[in-house]
Amino acid sequence: MEKKVVPEELNFQRDPKMSLTMIPGKFARSMRTCLIWQFIRFVIINIKMIIVVGKSH
Amino acid sequence: MARLVVLGGGVAGHTTATFAAKWLGSQHEVVVVTPNAKWNWIPSNIWVGVGEMSKDDVTFDLAPVYQKAGIGYKQAKAVSINPEGNEGSDKPFVTVEYTGQGKAGQTENIEYDYLVNATGPKLNFAATPGLGDANGLGEFTVSVCTADHAVHASEELKKSIEKMKKGERQKFLIGTGHGMCTCQGAAFEYIFNIEHELRKAGVRDMADMKWISNESFLGDFGMGGLHMKVGGYVVSSKLFTESLFSERGVDWIIGAHVNKVEAGKVHYELLDGSMGEESFDFSMLIPPFAGVGLKAYNKAGEDITATVFAPNGFMKVDADYTPKPYAEWKASDWPRTYQNPSYKNMFAAGIAFAPPHIISKPMSSPNGTPINPTPPRTGMPSGIIGKAVAHSVCDLIKKGDRAHLHEASMAEMGAACVASAGKGILTGTAAAMTVYPVVPDFEKYPGTGRDTDYTFGEIGLAGHWIKHILHYLFMYKAKLNPGWTLIPE
Ligand SMILES: Cc1cc2nc3c(=O)[nH]c(=O)nc-3n(C[C@H](O)[C@H](O)[C@H](O)COP(=O)(O)OP(=O)(O)OC[C@H]3O[C@@H](n4cnc5c(N)ncnc54)[C@H](O)[C@@H]3O)c2cc1C
Repeated sequence: MEKKVVPEELNFQRDPKMSLTMIPGKFARSMRTCLIWQFIRFVIINIKMIIVVGKSH
Repeated sequence: MARLVVLGGGVAGHTTATFAAKWLGSQHEVVVVTPNAKWNWIPSNIWVGVGEMSKDDVTFDLAPVYQKAGIGYKQAKAVSINPEGNEGSDKPFVTVEYTGQGKAGQTENIEYDYLVNATGPKLNFAATPGLGDANGLGEFTVSVCTADHAVHASEELKKSIEKMKKGERQKFLIGTGHGMCTCQGAAFEYIFNIEHELRKAGVRDMADMKWISNESFLGDFGMGGLHMKVGGYVVSSKLFTESLFSERGVDWIIGAHVNKVEAGKVHYELLDGSMGEESFDFSMLIPPFAGVGLKAYNKAGEDITATVFAPNGFMKVDADYTPKPYAEWKASDWPRTYQNPSYKNMFAAGIAFAPPHIISKPMSSPNGTPINPTPPRTGMPSGIIGKAVAHSVCDLIKKGDRAHLHEASMAEMGAACVASAGKGILTGTAAAMTVYPVVPDFEKYPGTGRDTDYTFGEIGLAGHWIKHILHYLFMYKAKLNPGWTLIPE
């Protein structure tokens, strides 16, 4: 039988607790280090954090 | 000329003292009493604890900075407060014991017009047998709570990595060392930094990693968890956190009160009342926090510590301390001005103020052992409170006793928490989380208790860059370099 191994999914089987959650796949993981996307997120997170700081003072 | 004495030169005390000195100018006096010679940007101790930063990267000498700002600096620890003076004088004073400046061990009474207690936490290692004793950290586990602890932790981590390189499996146990701990975020950040370092060293497959914590669910963080917008959904931090642990192959034990630590083993009690043991080769367990143990005396010399301080040693402020059940807790229970109710010229800022109650749902085991996180008072709230208190004291000095006090309630204040994993600009990622407000307000935000437009979390390089920037910005600001007042707390 030919196996289809998806490395990102292996941890679901590691522990019953882990099988009940969500684990990011290849695409979601790659976006975390995609420079263009992360630059956009950087700007957005900074704006949101500045608003939160402003609301807190 | 009025004198403001600030106890504690940490995040809150340094903010109070530096802003007060700037706003008061040379007409009035600001004195800082703190036992440390160096200021420490504590959040970056995590990077020291994995060997990515040195102690010098996260600390600097306080003396030249205070000299530049015209602040009097006593390298000493406060021992007691006499808010009514003593039989010989009506002037309130604080008794301090020097720890440096060539006067170690000597005591002095310092009179004040206004006092701000920003003494932070006592790292109460002695609360758990084996975790430590009255002298501090014990021999079986490591800590990242001070820069020196973090240096030691990184040395122990290096030894473990060497063992794994030689083929010896290692078990890492990270989390909280008591049922009443706070600061889960720091342990959370540390475990994922270690995980990153082990990958980098090519030994991740030789490591078993486990989290142990007093939270009743993963992602509680002492704030009762939070809900955030992710991918169009509003999700609980439980799902977000469990997802990260599962992705990185980190197992977890939750609802645990660690009640004993031995060489290579912890003993714990769970929320269901059962007892367990967990072995380890390397363990970092956060100790519970308490007040630093200041005493207070009235004019006649009688002990009034219980009037000024809560039983946990933190200073009472304008919170509603009436005991009431969880269902009746309100955002308005939380303090706004941080003024001591008995002595109006005393304030507390940062971790030093006594919260009215915890934020997470109170829990205990069937054996009656309380197992729940105590409320976090992280860097941003500590800085904001420190600044608000400085504002109030300056107004009281300049405008008189009827001046309006500035307000900074944790139920109207956000906190940004960026938990990094790794340090490289292109290799590290971080879980960046912003929560608004810190204390949930279910009257204002029915459903989640928080504003989900500003309560969010995500993992990626962006958060990691923010963490880096925050490190350099806050070190720059604390050194009072040009433009420091423009950098927010
Ligand atoms: C490892 C770790 C990581 C963290 N990471 C983050 C993070 O990423 N983000 C975040 O927002 N927060 C983080 N925090 C929390 C943050 O460090 C605290 O919220 C903040 O330091 C609290 O400020 P503070 O001034 O109340 O206390 P501290 O900064 O601890 O300052 C207290 C000061 O009082 C002094 N003192 C003690 N006893 C006396 C005495 N008797 N008399 C006079 N002075 C005394 C101490 O020496 C110290 O200088 C982290 C904490 C830890 C331990």
